[in-house]
Amino acid sequence: MRRGTFIAAIAAACGCLAVAVALQMLRDRTYSRDEQQTRSILYVRSGAALKRIALEYDALAADVYWIRAIQYYGGQRLSATGKKRYELLYPMLDIATSLDPFFTIAYRFGAIFLSEGYPGGPGRPDQSIALLRKGIAAQPTKWQYYHDIAFVYYWQLRDMEAAARWFRLAASQPGAPNWLEPVAATMLIQGGDRASARFLLQQILKSEEAWLRRMATRGLLQVDALDLIDQLQAIVRRFPPPPGTPYSWEWLRHQRILTMVPPDPTGTPFELDPQTGTVTVSSKSELFPLPTRKQ
Amino acid sequence: MRAISWVAVNVFKESVRDRVPYNLLLFAVLLISCSYLIGQLTAGQDVKIIKDLGLGATAVFGLFIAIFIGIGLVSKEVERRSIYSLLAKPISRPQFIVGKYAGLVLTLAVNVAVMTLALYAVLGYMTWVETAEFKAGWEAPGVDPRLLKATLLIFLELMLITAVALFFSTFSSPILSAAFTFGLYVVGQFNSDLKNFDKIVQSKPAVWLARGLYHVLPDLSAFDVKTEVVHGLHVPAGYLLSTTAYGMAYIAALVTASVVIFSRRDFK
Repeated sequence: MRRGTFIAAIAAACGCLAVAVALQMLRDRTYSRDEQQTRSILYVRSGAALKRIALEYDALAADVYWIRAIQYYGGQRLSATGKKRYELLYPMLDIATSLDPFFTIAYRFGAIFLSEGYPGGPGRPDQSIALLRKGIAAQPTKWQYYHDIAFVYYWQLRDMEAAARWFRLAASQPGAPNWLEPVAATMLIQGGDRASARFLLQQILKSEEAWLRRMATRGLLQVDALDLIDQLQAIVRRFPPPPGTPYSWEWLRHQRILTMVPPDPTGTPFELDPQTGTVTVSSKSELFPLPTRKQ
Repeated sequence: MRAISWVAVNVFKESVRDRVPYNLLLFAVLLISCSYLIGQLTAGQDVKIIKDLGLGATAVFGLFIAIFIGIGLVSKEVERRSIYSLLAKPISRPQFIVGKYAGLVLTLAVNVAVMTLALYAVLGYMTWVETAEFKAGWEAPGVDPRLLKATLLIFLELMLITAVALFFSTFSSPILSAAFTFGLYVVGQFNSDLKNFDKIVQSKPAVWLARGLYHVLPDLSAFDVKTEVVHGLHVPAGYLLSTTAYGMAYIAALVTASVVIFSRRDFK
């Protein structure tokens, strides 16, 4: 092939590619594919079957499913439109951990995703515990899994007895930090008051994993928010509006009891239910939803 | 010995002429581009995924080289009729087969070595750029010498697959050899399941047959310690030694069988 022909052929190939890209952009603009069409699909739901299909590349396949789980969770959490759907989160994490049974972050981070209350997550602490129990089956001496189950019982389910039992189990594993045993005792004695929560979250804040520290920071802010809510609730109850008038921050400001609409620790104003006078964090706040109160 | 090394060097040169080393460039591009992309996609698991990807790619690239070059080692010479001029030289048939095998193993050794160096280079870079605080969350160090255990077993597995490909190449066409070799590779991954056949089947003959197949077919799943080394878990030296010895014995059996079949072939 002569030099001139060669250059012309290359230019023609590049031109054809550019036309294909332009056509693709035009099609996407004209016929935008809606969420239904691009929604995540899991063709194979059995981790055991996928482990066979993946041959010796199971760890690599686990990484793919882990990335899919993160993208799926993040995509749903950040989606501004429609109902947030998390039903594929647990199957994806289950597959990732079946393909790589030692995938620590998938168990631990996945458990946080799953236990997060709706709309920030699916609000499924039961699945969170099931995932961590699977981790324990793979690595029975990993104290972190026991600790995380205890934390789910404590923080999401507010079951102090179960939390104490799991903290004690965590403390009995080799290499476990020595603060776990006192935490277990505190759970039982003090019923999981906020001081214990602060202590526990401050311990997690010392963790080596950045994502655990982020979770603990958010938890500490939630505890601060709960303290503020208690104070504000007391004020609201002490200075109720005249009968027939709804509860409002405006009224409290007008009475010079408050100088401004009180913000939560992230700066988002608290909300006040006009009918019941209940103070809550805003659904727009990063701290929403707060951990469920003790039943 | 000189004849064997002569054949081996020629196989290596031929693989270079066939542009086999191009896969190394692809491997490097894959690793470097992924190390950037994965950092954007994952939650602090970049190093784990790069290790998985590096070891997985080493295994799969090596597998393609072992199968697609291995199946042509003998059959190509027969098809091109160059076997006549080769056998007219002072090279015995066993020397020819062993030389062919050694040449492809040399090609694979160079490939695996370069891929391992590339993987360590990427991991070294990641270790260098990440903060100490971030690295504290890693399960195993970035530049972890334990990865070499997985690399060693990958190389042994590739040697075994090469021996399988060579074995089929001595009496079969390239397409059939590729199908047989790939089939045996897949079966070899599930081989350990045959060991526990008695737990799902009542029939004694079926159990004996399964147990027999378990011992006769190559147990390739034993060579996979990638997950363990990536997570920094202990792989005992005894396991490495026994698996290496098993691999060597199996390779010796296959190469001997190849020599026997090739020695009895009539090229008239």
